[in-house]
Amino acid sequence: MNHAMSANNPSELPVVSDRLSHKAMRHVSERIIEALLFAAAAVSVLTTVGIVYVLVSESVQFFQQVSIVDFLTDTQWTPLFDDAHFGIMVLISGTLVSSFVALIVAIPMGTIIAIYLSEFAHGKVREVAKPILELLGGIPTIVFGYFALLMVTPLLQKIFPELPGFSLLSAGLVMGIMIVPYIASLSEDAMRAVPMSLREGSYALGSTRLHTALHVVVPAAFSGLAASYILAISRAVGETMILAVAAGMQPNLTWNPMEPAATITSFIVQVALGDLPHGSIGYQTIFAAGLTLILITLMFNILGQWLRRKFRESY
Amino acid sequence: MHANSLTTEQIRALIAKGKLKDAIFKVLGIFCLAVALLVIVLLVSDMVAKGSERFTVDFFLNFASRRATQAGILSAWVGSLLVMLVTALAAVPIGVAAGVYLEEYAKRNWITEIIEINITNLAAVPSIVYGLLALGIFVYQFGFGQSILSAGLTLALLILPIIIVSTREAIRAIPAMIREGSMAVGATRWQTCRYHIIPYAMPGILTGVIIGLARAIGETAPIITIGALTFIAFLPPVPYTTGADGVTAGMFDWVMSPFTVMPIQIFNWTSRPDPAFEVNAAAAGFVLMAMVLTMNGIAIYLRYKMRKNIKW
Repeated sequence: MNHAMSANNPSELPVVSDRLSHKAMRHVSERIIEALLFAAAAVSVLTTVGIVYVLVSESVQFFQQVSIVDFLTDTQWTPLFDDAHFGIMVLISGTLVSSFVALIVAIPMGTIIAIYLSEFAHGKVREVAKPILELLGGIPTIVFGYFALLMVTPLLQKIFPELPGFSLLSAGLVMGIMIVPYIASLSEDAMRAVPMSLREGSYALGSTRLHTALHVVVPAAFSGLAASYILAISRAVGETMILAVAAGMQPNLTWNPMEPAATITSFIVQVALGDLPHGSIGYQTIFAAGLTLILITLMFNILGQWLRRKFRESY
Repeated sequence: MHANSLTTEQIRALIAKGKLKDAIFKVLGIFCLAVALLVIVLLVSDMVAKGSERFTVDFFLNFASRRATQAGILSAWVGSLLVMLVTALAAVPIGVAAGVYLEEYAKRNWITEIIEINITNLAAVPSIVYGLLALGIFVYQFGFGQSILSAGLTLALLILPIIIVSTREAIRAIPAMIREGSMAVGATRWQTCRYHIIPYAMPGILTGVIIGLARAIGETAPIITIGALTFIAFLPPVPYTTGADGVTAGMFDWVMSPFTVMPIQIFNWTSRPDPAFEVNAAAAGFVLMAMVLTMNGIAIYLRYKMRKNIKW
């Protein structure tokens, strides 16, 4: 109060400079706050460093006991038995088959929904449809697992009577439904970013909506579509609970979706449910499996980057 | 007849064919959307139909039990709430701070670029990998054990990208004139953020936080990976009360307590061979769905309102 009054009085100018002396403190606290905010932003980098550190350091110990050649070529996966075999291909086959089934459902459905919402639907339909898709994408995966095991499997068994109670097929189908919202929403964003003039040009030449959508909009937005497919693959490969619940957890080297099989993720869950001592070979196995999972995801992401660069269109 | 001199009838037929294809695709699009809606409706109605006999007060107040009819979800929903509390306390300040830093402070250099690429990539990392990270770092390196603290921090890391991205989007929507006005009257950068940017971005940030927490509350895999137990017949200690063992709990003892959460309880019941537990799984699944869908619904509503209200 005093300060404010004296500052208003022009005859007491030195008081103003006294007030300005606060500026130094202000400067320091600004710097401290900036440092704190930077530290918060750096947490994400630390997370990545932590993930790489944990996976690599435990896997290094694992590979001191198991040779990489065995790891990649053995056709049996029995890490917890006395006669231990560590053939990761067994788990990779389950992961790839279930992801493949999921993508066969998710890519066509997601793309069709995206084209419909971006090129055909009224604004009002879109405003209703997008929240519905968001809700579908928000359903917990454990609930999808329940759905796959107790609803989809019995339904499929009516069509294929020989289908066992656990199968990659029903888990994969439900996983596909789960992924649809991701593809639909990202692909729609990509297609809506295509400039209107391209569509107008196509319409002016007499094209129908569908022809414009398939031959003008989709090619123009292809890099965005590819990105959404890659994200979908990452989701499918990394999905855990649906597979742990509905696909059974027995390791099984198979390419047939009608069979039960373990995947990389469901194996990790199975081991974590048991009580493995810290530092044992079984404990290290899940980190080696996790590293494999991350490398598969990374591989698809690099492929995606390449696809995006190759097909990028700019206007 | 020459190809490019079609008769009127032929042109009409061509147009009709094109329109028919359009219509077919439209039906296909609506059908695919309907499948998505149908799955939600089927799921909810099945869980209600199967689980309705368990919707009693006892179900919410009983612990897990060997007998399906007496088993309840008390430890599960309390555990879920406490884990969410830790997650929110960790993820919200860090996420918002990171978002503010990247939008308002960061210079365009390689460090900023690394942080940004990182956040994008972390969003694609499978959730179970966060569980492995937490198992190695939180559980063993830091010695937090299989506690509420470990689980809360794990889920906080998992939803951090969601909160950061939504904070950044909300901040980006604030026009530059707000900052210029604030700076012009002598506010520092932080004062501008504290009194203008963050309050105005609040609805957007809140939307992101709710979506993030809705994702976290349904996550199962990372929590199983850190070794949460599936059968817990006690609650974490309430601060400043004396338990049966005569030990008075401190303020923060509950964060180190073993726990279980809703999704793990559902997983446990789903994987039991006895079909009586299917009823429990359905009922608990419905409770979890109700929590998640409500949270997502609030977020969608908030966003819808925001778009209508804000005019700078």
